[in-house]
Amino acid sequence: MTDSIQGALPITARNITKTYGKVHALDDVSLDVKSGEFLTLLGPSGSGKTTLLMVLAGFTRPDQGSLKFGDQEMIRTAPHLRDVGMVFQNYALFPHMTVAGNVGYPLRLRNVPMPEISQRIEKALETVQLGGYGTRKIDQLSGGQKQRVALARSIVFEPRILLMDEPLSALDKKLRDRMQIELRHLHEKLGMTTVYVTHDQREALTMSDRIAVVNHGRIMQLATPQGLYEQPANRFVADFIGDSTFLSVERHGDQITYNGVPLKTSRPVPDAASLVLMLRPERVRLATKTTKTVNEFQATASELVYQGDSYLMYATMPDGTEISLRGAIRQGTVAALPKIGDHVTLALEPGDTVLIDGRDV
Amino acid sequence: MFGWLRKPASETQVTHGQRLWLYVFAAITMLLLVTPTLIVIPMSFSESQYLEFPPKNWSTRWYEHYFSSPEWMLATVTSLKAAFLTMLVATPIGVVAAYGLHASKVKFIRIAFVLLITPMMVPVVLVAIGAFYAYVKLGILYTLTGLVLAHTILALPLVLIVTGSALKSYDMNQELAARSLGAPRWKAFLTITLPQIRFAVVTSALLSFLTSFDEVVIAMFISGGDNPTLTRNMFNALRDQIDPTIASISTIMIVVTSIMMVLAQVFGRSKADK
Amino acid sequence: MASAFIYADGLRRDERLERLKLFGLSSPAILLVLVILVIPVGWLFFVSFIGADGQFSMENYERMITRKSYFRIFITTFKISLFATALCILIGYPLAYFMSQLPNRIANLCMITVLLPFWTSLLVRTYAWLVLLQKRGLVNDWAISLGLWDEPIKMVHNMTGTLIGMVHIMLPFLILPVYSAMKQIDRDLLKAASNLGASPRRAFWTVFFPLSTPGLFAGALMVFVLCLGFFVTPAVLGGGKVIMVSMKIVSNIELFVNWGAASALGVVLLTLTVFVLWIASRFLNLENIAGGGH
Repeated sequence: MTDSIQGALPITARNITKTYGKVHALDDVSLDVKSGEFLTLLGPSGSGKTTLLMVLAGFTRPDQGSLKFGDQEMIRTAPHLRDVGMVFQNYALFPHMTVAGNVGYPLRLRNVPMPEISQRIEKALETVQLGGYGTRKIDQLSGGQKQRVALARSIVFEPRILLMDEPLSALDKKLRDRMQIELRHLHEKLGMTTVYVTHDQREALTMSDRIAVVNHGRIMQLATPQGLYEQPANRFVADFIGDSTFLSVERHGDQITYNGVPLKTSRPVPDAASLVLMLRPERVRLATKTTKTVNEFQATASELVYQGDSYLMYATMPDGTEISLRGAIRQGTVAALPKIGDHVTLALEPGDTVLIDGRDV
Repeated sequence: MFGWLRKPASETQVTHGQRLWLYVFAAITMLLLVTPTLIVIPMSFSESQYLEFPPKNWSTRWYEHYFSSPEWMLATVTSLKAAFLTMLVATPIGVVAAYGLHASKVKFIRIAFVLLITPMMVPVVLVAIGAFYAYVKLGILYTLTGLVLAHTILALPLVLIVTGSALKSYDMNQELAARSLGAPRWKAFLTITLPQIRFAVVTSALLSFLTSFDEVVIAMFISGGDNPTLTRNMFNALRDQIDPTIASISTIMIVVTSIMMVLAQVFGRSKADK
Repeated sequence: MASAFIYADGLRRDERLERLKLFGLSSPAILLVLVILVIPVGWLFFVSFIGADGQFSMENYERMITRKSYFRIFITTFKISLFATALCILIGYPLAYFMSQLPNRIANLCMITVLLPFWTSLLVRTYAWLVLLQKRGLVNDWAISLGLWDEPIKMVHNMTGTLIGMVHIMLPFLILPVYSAMKQIDRDLLKAASNLGASPRRAFWTVFFPLSTPGLFAGALMVFVLCLGFFVTPAVLGGGKVIMVSMKIVSNIELFVNWGAASALGVVLLTLTVFVLWIASRFLNLENIAGGGH
């Protein structure tokens, strides 16, 4: 097995629709995955992300659409002829075979000569840090080890596309965090186009080159992690990625106002009918002195939570909306914090004043 | 020893002593369940025509009578042939059908399943006279083929239920994994699924064999002539008088059944204890 | 980049083909059942409406109402089936309860006493009772030597023998579903009942027993349905004195070659069976009954 997959393929999906009765599992979805890219499909359960992955794998046949791997149309190709690697949520390892039996299975199907099979199995196992585990039985492995065997099995035949369906969700937190980094390294080493499905936004932000946020069978936004976090396309994306509070704002010609007060912003203003101001807790500050350059809001402190490394404060705006703000704790911070019921002034830099499409999607 | 009687026997703190009547009752019931079956074995060695227990004089005359009788031997061979063939026919057809029904998304599967279960739900007499009627028309009355076919439809529901239930607790994702790795559906089934449901398949085969071997009513109608079954002859003999030879045949049948069950355990055991 | 061709019809065809192929896997089985069971029985349905003269007539059905002997046969069949079912419940439920209270390993051993007769040939078991219950048989011999009665009692070729035999054969059919239902009852519920103040007897009747009824119902139903159509054991142990519907059907064909009468009886028996099963399916998942025994 060569160190990096030669010629990773781009994926081109066009107008994929899948309905079950009246429900649109996938609603006219089009997607471009760049060659060698790590793209995550992120969304809540029932959003259609797994359905889309299954369409890519060939296990779900859409009602209509086109799917190309590179230049080849694949939408009507049977799953066993698509030559994609796939890792399942519950690993789907074959319990009646050893680790080597599992990893060697795709090679035996491709009539690879025996000596070469053993060689490639060992190489694949070493890549996932399980060198020498070939003779082990599946029920002797821990969850993390099973995960790696599943991974080794899916890359041993050098597919040019890798699909993963929430592979880390069955692991405990510490292991999951570690595996996220390892998967990322593996991807950088092997270079194959990877499509990853998860509902964990933290995971998506950590691992992906780009993220497609999916809901109701449609792609809400396709962007880099930073792009999604900094400039979400709509409320759903803003809400799903990170924490946020929304304040309704009005547009008067060129000006955007909140509570009648115009807002200063250096961010692009979307061309939407209704707008909201998205507040990220870590971007809102307690104002120490008044400056002309920042946006200021008057509020009443309603709740204060000590979280060790940071504090979380809830403040109620005059119109009743409760917003949250978070700040780091250093020497003297806690003593300087306002008490519950105190009047506070909150500051927001123009660079952090993000306006987004306010529609419900 | 009597201290044990005062110990609690269940979550509700009922004592063993209070439950003594249940223990005695259960013991008697279990005894009554097993005894009639087992008692035939020693009785078959009784010399007397009235099959005494315990036998006053031991003898193997009934066995000798059985083995030296051409009619009984023919019937035995017919029954074994039919049972074996039924096993060979019903098991693959049933397992494949169970898989098809399990993997199928068509709405008709429920109807198909009910249809395939009907031979078990319909009184055997009806199946028998229906088959008799059909076989006269088809010209396969009193043939081994006809017998095997009829016994197969009796065995199919059992195969479907046993295999179906094994498939339900089986992780179909493994088949998806196999297919993603390059195996067409049939190969994935043969190399991945089948090895893991083998206990169910072996049990199905055993049940098919026994269903055919033990079957009386259908055999009464459609076996005979050149192909009488053991059960048919036994039944006719029973209706007339208590032929003690039947005791020896019964013992042999019990032994055959037990062997089959042991075989099933030996060949069928998988990691998951069934 | 050239715009992609969007597949729709082709995909639809692929889907239909795949569904057909999967469904086709069960086609040999379906074909067999249709040819050997459904069509002939369907034909019998028509035959039941043909009278002795070969013309369409209702006489086969009328006979069942007018002729006392036919009526009696139905009553006998029902009586026996009900009695046998009741006895199975009375004997089988305590045994199942007993086994459900045992630790698994011991329970499995006890289960062998239920499964062994279950797998033993029907004829063998029937024959065993024939031998045991005869005038010079074991039961009479021991009863007399124990002083239970003085003269050998006739226990075969009558209702007594038939019932004994049938109950013995049917017991496993009741015990297995009931046991399976009992094993699924959450033990914590009984602890809760005790904790809330219920005596052991109260806890049993108000918590355990109601939760075991689905299994009991399934088992009793299965036994009843099987008894309705039962042939072998009543034929042998009843000795011609106890006549059930199935036996009348057989004698109609074997002795009188009266297909009309036999089919009509068969249709009625089948209708009754289906009716009972239909009632059950309102309350239970039918697949569980069939699967519960294995």
